[in-house]
Amino acid sequence: MSSRETILQRLRNRTGGELTAPECDFSVLKRPDWSTAERIELFEKTIESVHGEVHRCTEDTWIGRLAELLATRGARNLLVPKEHEIGLSLRSAVERESLPSLLIYDEPIESWQTALFNDVDAGITSTRGGIAETGSLILWPNADEPRLMSLVPPVHVAVLYAKEIYTTFHEAMLAQNWAAGMPTNALLVSGPSKTADIEQTLAYGVHGPKELIVLIIE
Amino acid sequence: MSETAQQSPHHIDVKEFHPRAQAAIHNPKIRQNFRKAMDGLMTKRKSAFEGWDLETLRDLGANIRLRALANLPDLLEQLEQKLTENGIKVHWAVDSDDACQIVRDICVARDAKSVIKGKSMVSEEMELNHYLEEQGITALESDLGEYIVQLAGETPSHIIMPAIHKNTGEISELMHEKTGTDLSHDVEYLTTAARLQLREKFMNADVGVSGVNFAVAETGTLCLVENEGNGRMTTTVPPCHIAVTGIEKVVPNLEDVTALMALLTRSATGQHITTYFNMISGPRKPDEMDGPEEVHLVLVDNGRSSIYQDNELLDTLRCIRCGACMNHCPVYTRVGGHTYGTTYPGPIGKILMPHLIGLDEGRHLPTASSLCGACGEVCPVKIPIPDLLVRLRQESVDGDKLHPAKVNGHGAKRGAMEAMVWKGWSWMHARPGAYRFGTNMAARFRKLQPGKIGGWTQFRTAPKLASKTLHERMKERGQ
Ligand code: SF4
Repeated sequence: MSSRETILQRLRNRTGGELTAPECDFSVLKRPDWSTAERIELFEKTIESVHGEVHRCTEDTWIGRLAELLATRGARNLLVPKEHEIGLSLRSAVERESLPSLLIYDEPIESWQTALFNDVDAGITSTRGGIAETGSLILWPNADEPRLMSLVPPVHVAVLYAKEIYTTFHEAMLAQNWAAGMPTNALLVSGPSKTADIEQTLAYGVHGPKELIVLIIE
Repeated sequence: MSETAQQSPHHIDVKEFHPRAQAAIHNPKIRQNFRKAMDGLMTKRKSAFEGWDLETLRDLGANIRLRALANLPDLLEQLEQKLTENGIKVHWAVDSDDACQIVRDICVARDAKSVIKGKSMVSEEMELNHYLEEQGITALESDLGEYIVQLAGETPSHIIMPAIHKNTGEISELMHEKTGTDLSHDVEYLTTAARLQLREKFMNADVGVSGVNFAVAETGTLCLVENEGNGRMTTTVPPCHIAVTGIEKVVPNLEDVTALMALLTRSATGQHITTYFNMISGPRKPDEMDGPEEVHLVLVDNGRSSIYQDNELLDTLRCIRCGACMNHCPVYTRVGGHTYGTTYPGPIGKILMPHLIGLDEGRHLPTASSLCGACGEVCPVKIPIPDLLVRLRQESVDGDKLHPAKVNGHGAKRGAMEAMVWKGWSWMHARPGAYRFGTNMAARFRKLQPGKIGGWTQFRTAPKLASKTLHERMKERGQ
């Protein structure tokens, strides 16, 4: 008999008899209806408490703000999506000169892994929304914004629309109907990479980005 | 380096719990390191749940896990089907050897020589690193705590914070000695050094091995909870990703993970959420630029299906491995994780390990508890750990009528003398005449009472029998 059959058979013929499944009531996760302003405020507070940086901008100001933020960090380049509006806007922006050089991730990782790991200073991605209660960004990487874009460069910038901030993870998942089908990789990102493995002392950027910058567009 | 840690991780005799406990108790460094860490974790957990209806949330957590266990075989099949549809290959392993071989075969088929690992307690349970090294495949841990523990040639002393038994000075010396970093107490410097060392390894690894926190049957999704990003690296950068997990980790719906996450991270480290919550539902698609081309899931039984047979012991399988029970355990805090000599230390280890290694090997584990109840009170899925400890204690002397012994190696602590004494005791208590005669005799000849009664009098003086029985005293009072 295969391992699979052995295991399933043991589970099916359990000596304790049939088990009854209890009801699960998720209402304890529900939160009152908060206004967008309240959600932004809570999101900001929570993500800042774990070392994330938030900047509130508008459609007209975010590129200028981004340019400033990258300049103070001395970033030489920025990895941007090829087709997403964020990438398109950046590449056609009037502030183009004040931005670092823009890179596109349109080749399989194998062909430029070393460069991505060693030479890219920052990456910018879109988000599918945010979660106020936990200060989380929802990311669904895809062909245009591959998985490593938000992981390898030392600075990750994420663009979040204020109206897409949900109150809880539970609410976001149901509202966006995730159960209907998941992408190859989906993520919640709540702050820069960190560790407390050395005597409980927090240190940032252990494997992923050292900095997470969220541009909230109102 | 600590005394208990110097032993080779693969040849620890679990039965030698007491000498290790003695040594640990007299090691101020171990006690300091654990006390400090556990105090911090307890405070953080408490404040993270402020404003929550914690009891109701724990009820929900327990019900979600129970519901999953109630349908376990069906869910596993559903999970397999969904994962397969998503392009993830599913393997089943009855025990550790089986699981190790599956991982090896995948590596061999790819001609893989190096494996990079994200944190996985099941792979510790399998002793996977050791096995792979024997097969000529290097396995490197990438979680910072695991990396440190591996450099030291040790095993994790905590399921969430593997290197908690070491302080910064010890880690600095270790990294200096093994990797040539400068001696420094600057945690930032040490962390950056590890980042650089490991980035190289991520780029060159042939296979990434990770654990799984929740496997969702509904969508065929593997969920990983982590702060460092090494889990994401491990599951994204190498061309092949192998996830290993216990068969109990499956949940029916994606919705379930929202509640379990709310409980898990707050219970573990007092975080509202971890930095990364990674949901993997398939290998790289043809048009995608990164991600592994192959994803495998190894479902490991290793004793879990035996636990599943018994209605009481079944609760052990609800565990979501948050570590809160060890953080709050007065015994764990004093003796530290290595004293147990088992993959899972602390209260969860005491109720889980006897099933994995047998009650004869793990005979001291259920007794390494004061039954204070703290573990059961903080457990986010309400596992009645103290009750299970009592049950296992019964089993170690062969159970009773209500709880017949079932765990492998039961009866290991049963002594002929003790059994005879208790048999006599119950015989006497069922017969008033014999009882009166017996207690009279005991009172008359109390001088002959032995002063030492085995382990019972190791740390206490034996109680003295009274000169008169209760019956005699009551008679004297004319009642
Ligand atoms: S037994 Fe409960 S408290 Fe202990 S690790 Fe498991 S879930 Fe956490």
